[in-house]
Amino acid sequence: MATVVERVTKVIVDRLGVDESEVKIEASFRDDLGADSLDVVELVMELEDEFDMEISDDDAEKIGTVGDAVSYIEAKVN
Amino acid sequence: MVKMSRFEGKAAIVTGASRGIGREIALNLANEGAKVVVNYSGSKDKADEVVELIKNAGGEAFAIQADVSNADSVKNMIDETIATFGSIDILVNNAGITRDNLLMRMKEDEWDDVIDINLKGVFLCTKGVTRQMMRQRAGKIVNVASIVGVSGNPGQANYVAAKAGVIGLTKTTAKELATRNINVNAVAPGFITTDMTETLSEDVQKQMLANIPLGKLGSPENVAKTVLFLLSDDAAYITGQTIHVDGGMVM
Repeated sequence: MATVVERVTKVIVDRLGVDESEVKIEASFRDDLGADSLDVVELVMELEDEFDMEISDDDAEKIGTVGDAVSYIEAKVN
Repeated sequence: MVKMSRFEGKAAIVTGASRGIGREIALNLANEGAKVVVNYSGSKDKADEVVELIKNAGGEAFAIQADVSNADSVKNMIDETIATFGSIDILVNNAGITRDNLLMRMKEDEWDDVIDINLKGVFLCTKGVTRQMMRQRAGKIVNVASIVGVSGNPGQANYVAAKAGVIGLTKTTAKELATRNINVNAVAPGFITTDMTETLSEDVQKQMLANIPLGKLGSPENVAKTVLFLLSDDAAYITGQTIHVDGGMVM
């Protein structure tokens, strides 16, 4: 079973077309991974699908880095 | 004549589809192969009648009550559409009301009601379908504005403000969603023969005709044909535009 970090990384690599080595925990979607604001919205949608959860607009706005996404999902899953 | 079927298998939501222009759009879409969600607010019988007409002609449709100014109500309509048809390819924001009054006499609730349904309703429905359309990487949205949203009209401060708002919202939505292959356009009907215009006095109608270069009122079909064009692949390179369907009244 893949870890949360591995699954989040895969979604990011697929969606943003970046190399896996770039997806560091502190990487910002917009500043480091070249995402525009709509990409981030879509990324959150895909994370919802991957982890079968709903992420509210308020929570989604706080997700700006890979680490934000991982810790948000880990907290929800556990 | 070869029957056109530009929308074969496409799922379409038409708000305010029980009467007038919305009804005509729903029937025309179904006639060209679309599966249609006939949204209504109060006229259940009229909406059922539209669904019957579509089904009798061999099409697919269902009626659903939803107040477009209520987020939960809109969400329910969108969920039902996806559950029944599996996609949302087309949204026509047509639902609208009038509460005419001179600005000096206009009550706050007359203002609020019209803005809520005619402007906020477009925002809520558009926001609601966008998620699905972004996933699909395809979608077409047409907003039914009004020529008075361009020209202004005494006695309709609320309606004009809402319709001008819809035109602005159309442009912004078009820009935000363009990279996701979603086209967003508007039509601005002029004087069209519907329940809304039938209540006008003969004098007023005569006056109106004097200002229409083509010399006649428009029909709901005139508007529907333009809407279908904008929803079709023929209009693939058009987005953010407002097409006047007004006999040349405002150029």
